[in-house]
Amino acid sequence: MSTVSDKVALKGCEFLLKESTWLDAYGPEDFNEEQLMIQSMVREFNEQEVHTRREKLEKLEEGLNEMLLEKMGELGLLGSHMPEQYGGMDLDFNTNSIIAEEMGTTGGFSVSYNAHTGIGMLPILYFGTEEQKSTYLPKLLTGEWKASYCLTEPNSGSDALAAKTKAILSEDGSHYVLNGQKMWISNAGFANIFTVFAQVDGDKFTGFILDKDMPGLTLGAEEKKLGIKASSTRQVFLENVKVPVENVLGEIGNGHLIAFNVLNTGRYKLGASCLGGYKKLVEVSAKYANERHQFKVPISSFGAIQHKLGEQTIQTYVSESAIYRVSNLINEKIKELKAAGKSNAEAKLEAAEEYALECSIIKIVGSEVLDYVVDEAVQIHGGMGYSEENPVAQAFRDARINRIFEGTNEINRMLMVNVLMKRAMKGQLDLMTPVMAIQSELMNGTSASDTDYGTYADEKEAIKGFKKCLLLVVGAAAQDVMSGKLNLKEEQEILTNLSNVITQIFMAESVLIRTEKIKERGQHKVDFEVYESAMKTYFHQSRFVIHQNAVEAVMAFANDSMVGGLLKSVAAFSKYRVKDVKTLRRTVAASVIKEEAYCL
Amino acid sequence: MNLLVCISKTPETTAKIGFTDGDSKFNEEGVQFIMNPYDEWYALVRAIELKESVGGKVVAINVGPASNDVVIRKALAIGADEAVRINAQPQSAMTTAKYIADYAKEGNFDIVFLGKETIDYNGSEVGSMLAEYLDLPFFSYASKLEMDGSKAIITRDVEGGQETAEYTGSFVLSAAKGLAEQRIPNMRGIMMAKRKPLNVIEPTITEDLSVVVKYELPEAKSGVKMLDADDMDELVRLLHEEAKVI
Repeated sequence: MSTVSDKVALKGCEFLLKESTWLDAYGPEDFNEEQLMIQSMVREFNEQEVHTRREKLEKLEEGLNEMLLEKMGELGLLGSHMPEQYGGMDLDFNTNSIIAEEMGTTGGFSVSYNAHTGIGMLPILYFGTEEQKSTYLPKLLTGEWKASYCLTEPNSGSDALAAKTKAILSEDGSHYVLNGQKMWISNAGFANIFTVFAQVDGDKFTGFILDKDMPGLTLGAEEKKLGIKASSTRQVFLENVKVPVENVLGEIGNGHLIAFNVLNTGRYKLGASCLGGYKKLVEVSAKYANERHQFKVPISSFGAIQHKLGEQTIQTYVSESAIYRVSNLINEKIKELKAAGKSNAEAKLEAAEEYALECSIIKIVGSEVLDYVVDEAVQIHGGMGYSEENPVAQAFRDARINRIFEGTNEINRMLMVNVLMKRAMKGQLDLMTPVMAIQSELMNGTSASDTDYGTYADEKEAIKGFKKCLLLVVGAAAQDVMSGKLNLKEEQEILTNLSNVITQIFMAESVLIRTEKIKERGQHKVDFEVYESAMKTYFHQSRFVIHQNAVEAVMAFANDSMVGGLLKSVAAFSKYRVKDVKTLRRTVAASVIKEEAYCL
Repeated sequence: MNLLVCISKTPETTAKIGFTDGDSKFNEEGVQFIMNPYDEWYALVRAIELKESVGGKVVAINVGPASNDVVIRKALAIGADEAVRINAQPQSAMTTAKYIADYAKEGNFDIVFLGKETIDYNGSEVGSMLAEYLDLPFFSYASKLEMDGSKAIITRDVEGGQETAEYTGSFVLSAAKGLAEQRIPNMRGIMMAKRKPLNVIEPTITEDLSVVVKYELPEAKSGVKMLDADDMDELVRLLHEEAKVI
């Protein structure tokens, strides 16, 4: 997509400070012919090879995951994101988002795929030596070898750096001896390659590449999980495993760089993958609601069911707008970095790091919208949804893990505010100027805006207010931090409130600019009114979510002299004219009921 | 071998069917199109397999407007070497067969493949007309095709069994299930498709002999009626008057 290039792409976190326009929006309606072809190719693969084996996969039938990964390797799907020199296709980030989304319809198998292509391969690409890359990547790309990633331990999950696994250098300096225990390791049952993190000299957190055949590496039994039963999850035991020094990944003591940087992309991909899952659930829900008759009419004719179908679709449309917006931001950043002379791996790593906050948003939103949509899908199916004969029951169980792995949603919420604050402290992000502008605006009472917003003036005005609301609260909290009255890091409830406001702003703005783009370019597939209704319903909700979270945060830290003024300003900034959302939701629901699919 | 595969564009299998222009035309609005599965899964893939085993070239041909290029490029992604689009709105089996025949005459093709039918109009006519225009033998509903040197061994599905034929020389073949197995295009194929030639040629002039006057959808099925098991008289009346089967 070529756009006028005098516009500088937003940096990470910058959406909070700058205005975005419809020219910044990107969505599935912008996919090119090649991308659509790849999308339908992945769909064909899933329909033919994966969905037909659902029951066998659920029983974790031996050899099935491996066979499917090998078939994906033959089709070139395992290396779509990898450099050509290792046999990859080096497709752009947006195209890889499309693949991630499609794979999200495959339940537990998508975990095998994501673990192999994400945390399995990326550490080697990002931090491996040239020799390690050329040894491992070509075979991982064809699927001949399968990969797993061993970070978590029985006593260290979110606190990953507290791992107890030890690595001790042998006297002759030729190898390390690893001892320890790793837990919840995806793909462990069939992996050939294990990326393991261990403490060298007790405190130098370091990555190692292990082969399955190294003596002393043994596996626990398959975990009996609530969902994603198709995915192999085991413990990995390390007992005096001798690992040659050539197998150290990255530098001694730099394991945290690997562990955390790989997660940015992983979080984004997880969100994109969830999207594929819930788009399918909207379809399944609409079809069932049309088929199922009660009181002599299809249940889709009832308002209560239309509310669910409408809301499922609205949440899907909004999050899709946010997910592909982030995809395109990363995509453009990678191009920019490559043009500036960065290597393929460096560009990908740095671009994902730049948008760490946005990646956390997508992880949270993808997993939480999935849980909402799948829960309502079960509800629409009634008793049928509670029966394991229906795939919806499986989807319900499979969905739940997404709020837990790749950094729990709680950790991601903390992280989000942490990233924002850190960048402000380091001077990478000028948070203070706009904060002070708002404070002086409040003092001087010059808030009445006479900007001519053109299309969607109400929504644009609302976004501006939402951002001010956040900056106001963040600014007040930061002052208390600086004067020593508030230890924000320890106030996780406040951090959660702030992250909720940040997320809501990003989502609302994403749906606004995408809807305007679809209008401007005439890209609507169903009546444009449906898109607009979805957007307006979301803005209506956002106003309340932002207000509630901002009020909760203020009440938690502001002292008596501040609280009144802050609450008044919060109320003034979290404004949007309320809507008749019942009618708007019905408009959205009518289109999915007619099309029997997610159709926006 | 020099192989020509005719590929047609059809609505996707779950598409909702409707008509316009006084029910004389299929309403394409909002419909997703795919390559006709018999053309794609069996005809095209078997042609590619033959090329892979004995060498040669596979040309995919389609009669249609520029919007068909997406479907044609899928054939290139699956493995056809080049493609030709005859730039005409398909009218009838006869005009389509004539356009293709006029192209194929010049191409010196060993085998001309096509699916046994398209899944939209189900005409099964283009193959035989094409063979007639080209003055070549026609093997319809082929479920197996093997080459023994220059001799082709063709197995056809016939009522209650199979028929095997042998032929040396050029021929037209329509493909049924079993001739090959569906191939999903791989990533490299998709990326290469853009670089393969897709030649657009203008149709020869052909006068159509028939026009479609009207299409009709099947009548919507009415719901099942449940009757009391003892009420035989009512059952007989309904079978007689409503269902009109006795």
